[in-house]
Amino acid sequence: MKELEKLSTQIRISSLKMVHQSGASHISSALSITDILSTLYGKVLNYDANNENLESRDRFILSKGHACVAVYAVLAEVGFFEKSYLESYGEDFSDLMNHISHKVPGVEFSTGALGHGLPFGVGKALFAKRNKMNWHTYVLMSDGELDEGSNWEAFLFSSHHQLSNLTTIIDYNKLQSLTTISDTLELEPLVDKLKSFGWFVIEAGGHDHQDLLKAFKDSSGSKPKAIIAHTTKGKGVSFMEDSVKWHYKNPNDTELNQALLELDEK
Amino acid sequence: MRNRFITKLIDLAHHNDKLILVVGDLGYNVVEPFADLFPERFLNAGVSEQNMMGLAAGLASEGMHVFVYSIANFPLFRCAEQIRNDVDYHNLPVTIVSVGGGLAYGALGYSHHALQDYALIRTLPNMLIASPGDPQEVEGCLDFLNENPQPSYLRLGKAGEKEYHSKIPKPKPGLWQTVKESPIGSSAPTLITTGAVLQSVMEWSKHPKLKDFQIKSLPIWGLASKKNQIEQVMSTEGIVITVEDHLFDAGFGSWMKESLGGNAEAESRLRHIALTSEVFGLVGSQEALNEKGGISLESVLKILS
Repeated sequence: MKELEKLSTQIRISSLKMVHQSGASHISSALSITDILSTLYGKVLNYDANNENLESRDRFILSKGHACVAVYAVLAEVGFFEKSYLESYGEDFSDLMNHISHKVPGVEFSTGALGHGLPFGVGKALFAKRNKMNWHTYVLMSDGELDEGSNWEAFLFSSHHQLSNLTTIIDYNKLQSLTTISDTLELEPLVDKLKSFGWFVIEAGGHDHQDLLKAFKDSSGSKPKAIIAHTTKGKGVSFMEDSVKWHYKNPNDTELNQALLELDEK
Repeated sequence: MRNRFITKLIDLAHHNDKLILVVGDLGYNVVEPFADLFPERFLNAGVSEQNMMGLAAGLASEGMHVFVYSIANFPLFRCAEQIRNDVDYHNLPVTIVSVGGGLAYGALGYSHHALQDYALIRTLPNMLIASPGDPQEVEGCLDFLNENPQPSYLRLGKAGEKEYHSKIPKPKPGLWQTVKESPIGSSAPTLITTGAVLQSVMEWSKHPKLKDFQIKSLPIWGLASKKNQIEQVMSTEGIVITVEDHLFDAGFGSWMKESLGGNAEAESRLRHIALTSEVFGLVGSQEALNEKGGISLESVLKILS
């Protein structure tokens, strides 16, 4: 798990630098999914960084496209492109856009409007199932995103069609754009909701690589799998944790240095 | 048209194993033969247009040419963002098929009136509109889309439309098709139509004052196929009247006007017949509603007077 910790730290450092340099938002959303990404790209996904179109690759879709810096960072770490490419993040006409872009090597699908990733992933999983392909589709979603009705259409569809080759990971940090989930639209009892939609549901510590890995490995039988990952928004930088403010704010020089110092101490 | 659509789709599916039909719990008594022949390439997505369009994009991203079938506005406005972001932006081969273009479902109320569908699709950069005027053009449009899979919208009438082309046309984006020629040397006006409203236009053309009119159709058009319109407008002898069963605003006639790029001479030839907002919220037969909204022989005669 040591190397996954290291990968997570690298993702966090790159994400902070990208956001700082470009003055972009959503750093806390990126830090929230970092350990899920390092687990996926470190131990779970089948891919070839030198051949992004490898037919047998697992398909990964980031539905919460605003957290894209963490994905760009992990793709650089595992070799889809040079790390220096990250420096063009947020520049005029850059392919590294502030919401995830399919123009970037290794990215399957552009998102930005919420509620699009799961239905798209459903189409891929359905294709794989009907054509007896062995690859798996993973969709990483946010919790606030579950307000979108399109996801519930997709939940209904996936269990009906027994898409056991589809896994969605819900980044459950309990904060959304203006305030907490509880004060916006309560999702609880989330496990029961998803179970009642016919999904295999498993909870995991969203920053615990071991726990996440176990959740990824668990068999869902003939059902699609939902991993509810309990996370902390802004995880890894003390002053960004569990605060709505850092959904928007970007770190100034002092804040960046302090954040990097905290990560360096790990 | 819908029957010719399904017969032709089955024919194409026999030769193209990438072709798949997804329906939004609609198509009773139309889609069953396809479902029976190709169960692995048929899917009823249920009454959930957002998921349906999203998964269609997902299937298309794996190399399938997905035909999404529903009626009137249902596969368009509810899932407009999925069409814009998932299908059009990613340039994926999804053909949205809508039966009941214009006021074909006139009696069913405003929810079922497709009056703004061109407007929505027209602004999407990769999208083609295929709006055939008779069953032969349905076949021609499907041939084109099958050979050129891309984001597209196929707007059909309903059933029972007459055939006006003696053979299957080979439509291309932006290119006018001849349906009826003027006598040699005539400088009579041209009626240029898109979609099933061709049926009405052909009926009007029996009127003595319209008997020499040249009738053209433009079955395939869109944002990226505006070129060639000036040449085609200028190649006619008389005025050119666009006819559509859609609002003029952001519809076919206004697309044609925009295509002329401000060329004063070409624009001076152009006239338009399109639906007015008077039909909003009214119910009735397609004929009655079209007439109320200005799609009528009287409108042509008024232009001539």
